[in-house]
Amino acid sequence: MKFKRKDVLGLEELTAEEITLILDTAEPMKEIMSRDIKKVPTLRGRSVITLFYEPSTRTRSSFELAAKYLGADTSSIAIATSSVQKGESLRDTARTLEAMAADVIIIRHSAAGAPHLLARWVKARVINAGDGAHEHPTQALLDMFTIREKKGGFKGLKVAILGDITHSRVARSNIWGLTKMGAEVRVVGPATLIPPEIERLGVKAYYDWEEGLKDVDVINVLRIQLERQKKGLFPSIREYTKLYGLDQQKLQVAKPDVLVLHPGPVNRGIEISPDVQDGPHAVINEQVTNGVAVRMALLYLLMAGGEKDELSA
Amino acid sequence: MNYLLKEGIVVDPVSNSAKKLDILIEGSKITAVAENLDCRGLEVLHLKGCYIFPGFVDMHCHLREPGEELKETILTGTRAAVKGGFTAVACMGNTKPPADSSSVITLIKEKARQASFPVYPVGCATKEMAGNEPAEIGDLVEAGAVAISDDGNSIMNGEVLRRVMEYGKMFDIPIISHCEDTNLSGNGVMNEGFYSTLLGLQGIPNAAEEVHVARDLILAGLTGARLHIAHVSTAGSVALIREAKKRGIRVTAEVTPHHLCLTDEAVKSFDTNTKVKPPLRSKEDQEALYEGLRDGTIDAIATDHAPHRRDEKETEYNVAPFGISGLETAVPLVWEHLVESKLLSPVELAQKMAWNPARILGLPERLIEVGAEANITVIDPSLQQPVNVGEFVSLGKNSPFDGWVLRGWPVMTIVSGEIKYSRQLQNI
Repeated sequence: MKFKRKDVLGLEELTAEEITLILDTAEPMKEIMSRDIKKVPTLRGRSVITLFYEPSTRTRSSFELAAKYLGADTSSIAIATSSVQKGESLRDTARTLEAMAADVIIIRHSAAGAPHLLARWVKARVINAGDGAHEHPTQALLDMFTIREKKGGFKGLKVAILGDITHSRVARSNIWGLTKMGAEVRVVGPATLIPPEIERLGVKAYYDWEEGLKDVDVINVLRIQLERQKKGLFPSIREYTKLYGLDQQKLQVAKPDVLVLHPGPVNRGIEISPDVQDGPHAVINEQVTNGVAVRMALLYLLMAGGEKDELSA
Repeated sequence: MNYLLKEGIVVDPVSNSAKKLDILIEGSKITAVAENLDCRGLEVLHLKGCYIFPGFVDMHCHLREPGEELKETILTGTRAAVKGGFTAVACMGNTKPPADSSSVITLIKEKARQASFPVYPVGCATKEMAGNEPAEIGDLVEAGAVAISDDGNSIMNGEVLRRVMEYGKMFDIPIISHCEDTNLSGNGVMNEGFYSTLLGLQGIPNAAEEVHVARDLILAGLTGARLHIAHVSTAGSVALIREAKKRGIRVTAEVTPHHLCLTDEAVKSFDTNTKVKPPLRSKEDQEALYEGLRDGTIDAIATDHAPHRRDEKETEYNVAPFGISGLETAVPLVWEHLVESKLLSPVELAQKMAWNPARILGLPERLIEVGAEANITVIDPSLQQPVNVGEFVSLGKNSPFDGWVLRGWPVMTIVSGEIKYSRQLQNI
């Protein structure tokens, strides 16, 4: 099977077969990462630009390393979101990057839909590295890669996404991807942070952690944006941690071999207790490794079209 | 110039009839309406198969002048109106500077005179549209304002609105209310519901509108003022207005073509031309709007024509300004989606787009009878063509309807006897 898309904007539009292809392709990529010389010439001569309108450490370096391991040239542009309204418009930036002959543009933006607009405006391939609260497809793919590696598959797996669902692109992409692969997805969080009609996406919503986490195989803990408290979406960090922070007590209701994921960066001791974060169930650092592998897979599929022999050069 | 409109179907909102008649126009007046008028020696315009309506009035548009002439001017906006089948428009006062003084109203009237098209300005309800102190309403009305409104700047302070209503009622003008509790709407950019959840865009709940509709209806009851609710978008608002009308509150209401023809599902494309306030709502809300139109709860269809520059809309959904350029698509949208589908009869269309808006604003009556001013909109129900924003006369090309194939386009617009637009003559 070849990967035929121009862009990867979200998991909403990917089929189960395409997701499987990406995850399968990430496996040999992970092997490349374990080599002493982590470089293959597959994408030599290709240019990859990261265009980040939001601060990011891990996602951007993950994409850049993924491109470099495959031999591509990378360039990064960081634009402070605060200057968007005064600075160059996204439309004009698109024209500029097009003129520089970029092959792939990886964009992160605080506005939902920005990658979709960019993809319409440029001939370059566009990968969404997170758009507002909409989608973060590569995060969900790396979460799914991690889950598959540890659990062997998705069918019948109970996955809880815990925290601020309303503002989370990680939650939405995970919901699309996991439900397509046959997992049973729940979202768990306070009523103020679970958006209306979320259950129409094929998930069950819980306000009560005990019900929501009962017998789950995986808990994906979301980062809580501390500024949400100021907007009155929860009364205090203390109460949030008490009701929804994942600690040993809450972990007890899940399956004994529960897997704990977190997209990072972690607010230590707030959405997850230090002992759980550093404990045996958590796979947070492996997620980071898998992130590079999954992004290598995507770049490879998009640019080399998925012809396996090109890898062995 | 004297001429005869031959064999069109004349729609009369008062006698509730639509029949084939000839119309003689002499100067600015209608001088004869009858079957088979003698046409010897007259210029004859054959309108067989077309509907002849009393001139449509758009009671809610934004002409942007003074201040934002790159979006629209009174000249381009009124030409768009004429091409869209309108014989008069009322323009909102959120210009720069706002129409909170008689000098701005006078300027608008003068620019309209130069464009030779009847523009009825809406004055601001409060100074600088800031929602704190009443504007000089008496002076605004004397200069030509036909209504007052702070339009997009919802008057959040109930006490201020109460005084505006009390003071305004002395001049027998409607207070037009854009109902939005800005705390509840916050930074929302679309309807709150399944699609905002899907897209991760911040939602505006129905309650943001309904809370203010309820408050405004109560204050209209308290003050006895004439309240007009702009661009009703939710089922709850329709129910509140219906109930208030039953109680005898002096309230009227309008709905836009885009709320009648689109739902929030359209935002899925991230097309910023779907970004509008109030936001495109759910299918259930749309059904309630149809019902409100049918049972008379909603009196008028108004465009809320809000032209923006292309580059302002060619941007991220969060950043783009709210608004749809609507003057040139209103008539065929309503014809295709409401008249062709039998939700509205041609007579009801005449009530919603001509008779009622003129009555609410206190404009000359929209009638086709001997002695009446010849303000006429002609629609060809068989003319089917796609919307092409590239051909818009309006400077605002921001339409989510580009490419929609519609029937029922306006083919002739007559203002005070003068043929301002004719599709055959292509004089625009």
